[in-house]
Amino acid sequence: MVVELFLDLLSQPCRALFIFAKKNNIPFEFKHVELLKGHHLREEFGKVNVLKKVPALKDGAFTLAESIAILLYLSRKFNTPDHWYPSDLQKRALVDEYLSWQHTTIREKGCKIFITKVLVPLVVGQPFSPEKLEEAVEELNSALKQFEEKFLQNKPFIVGNEISLADLVAIVELMQPVGCGCDIFENRPKLVEWRSRVEEAVGKELFQQAHEIILNVKNPSTTQLSPELREHLKQLLKP
Amino acid sequence: MGLELYLDLLSQPCRAVYIFAKKNNIPFEFKHVELFKDSILGRKMPGGNNPGHSHEGQHYREEFGKVNILKKVPALKDGVFTLAESTAILLYLSRKYNTPDHWYPSDTQKRARVDEYLSWHHTNIRGKAGKTLWIKVLIPLFTGQTLPPEKLQEVMDELAISLKQFEEKFLQDKPFIVGSEISLADLMAIVELMQPIGVGCDIFEDRPKLSEWRNQVEEAVGKELFQEAHELILNIKELGNIQIDPQLKEHLAPLLRKMMK
Repeated sequence: MVVELFLDLLSQPCRALFIFAKKNNIPFEFKHVELLKGHHLREEFGKVNVLKKVPALKDGAFTLAESIAILLYLSRKFNTPDHWYPSDLQKRALVDEYLSWQHTTIREKGCKIFITKVLVPLVVGQPFSPEKLEEAVEELNSALKQFEEKFLQNKPFIVGNEISLADLVAIVELMQPVGCGCDIFENRPKLVEWRSRVEEAVGKELFQQAHEIILNVKNPSTTQLSPELREHLKQLLKP
Repeated sequence: MGLELYLDLLSQPCRAVYIFAKKNNIPFEFKHVELFKDSILGRKMPGGNNPGHSHEGQHYREEFGKVNILKKVPALKDGVFTLAESTAILLYLSRKYNTPDHWYPSDTQKRARVDEYLSWHHTNIRGKAGKTLWIKVLIPLFTGQTLPPEKLQEVMDELAISLKQFEEKFLQDKPFIVGSEISLADLMAIVELMQPIGVGCDIFEDRPKLSEWRNQVEEAVGKELFQEAHELILNIKELGNIQIDPQLKEHLAPLLRKMMK
């Protein structure tokens, strides 16, 4: 039985997994969990991940949540090339360091932009709040500054000369604001250069494929939320 | 030059690193970073001219900035190698010092379970448990204002949700998060959950399963070491007597205002 990956490419961590699995020719069954249709709230999916979130993995009887855990699991099980999670102690530590730091910084702030600009309007049926968006952008700017100063510096990738899980996890998060029309790469030449390198290391075609959905999400009015989902999101998003 | 660990035991992740290093007899130099005395808590790099500060204090701050540009604890210095983020530090130490397997099991699926918890922890238990300290002690200390009880209730309600998920998904009916022995997952969780205890929010009360797990973790760590690591947070009332650095107050003002909203 082949590994099952429960994904919605709208989600950043799902994209990281999708790219990683495809790039490394890891055979898997793509189980589409459509977030905007509330598929993640279904009981069926709850059996795979009781936290009701994507991504999730099912490998025989073994189920796993959290993209970082899944990425590491796949890298070990399928013996992926060393550069993704270097065996060198210090290089590996630097990948761990980024993967840990990013949760409450790049990831959180990037999500906030998406929530403010796309999700909340979808749920409440009103245009987004420019003040809230500005606040979210400011916060991401802070995180981006630290990203460039501490994690990227003047290196081609976060950990030395080759792409690793750190770069992959970072790039998919940074594409989320881009998908919402907030071009965080504008006026950040170092970041732009890093992005090009990452895209090339991943393969432009695969990168585009993974990001097709998020890059076409600008028209929320065409999306209908199910009433159940709308209620669920209203609860989640209350200030 | 040996391993240096920059720690303040008031901080939950610092306690995890401290306990792990001590428990595994990892030789290290304890570099005490006093968050509320050395203005380290602020995220900005220390300025060149700080007339209010002792020369020694400023030197220490600048030195620390070289260890961790993010100006946060815990931080590690191993020769010229510096590392931030407790998860990264714990994993680095476990590998370098070849600690017993149960901390980060070599079995692929067990290891994945530890990774799964360590990832989920960041935005669920961590931060939420710690907010209790801010609401009950730190914000009043820094601003001179006590917050309305609804604020604390809000934080406790949020934490309750995470605790429910913790019990339902991560702990279930097992003695530890990953099977029958303590791992890094339990260690990261327990130190975080001791934070509300320190300020009088007993989250173990009315949670027998969680209580049992706590006892098991304390025993696995060693009660003496556990107490030692938690002495500061369990005597947090002493904090009321500390002189707060005015520059620190200033640095924290925007963060505090946000937390009070």
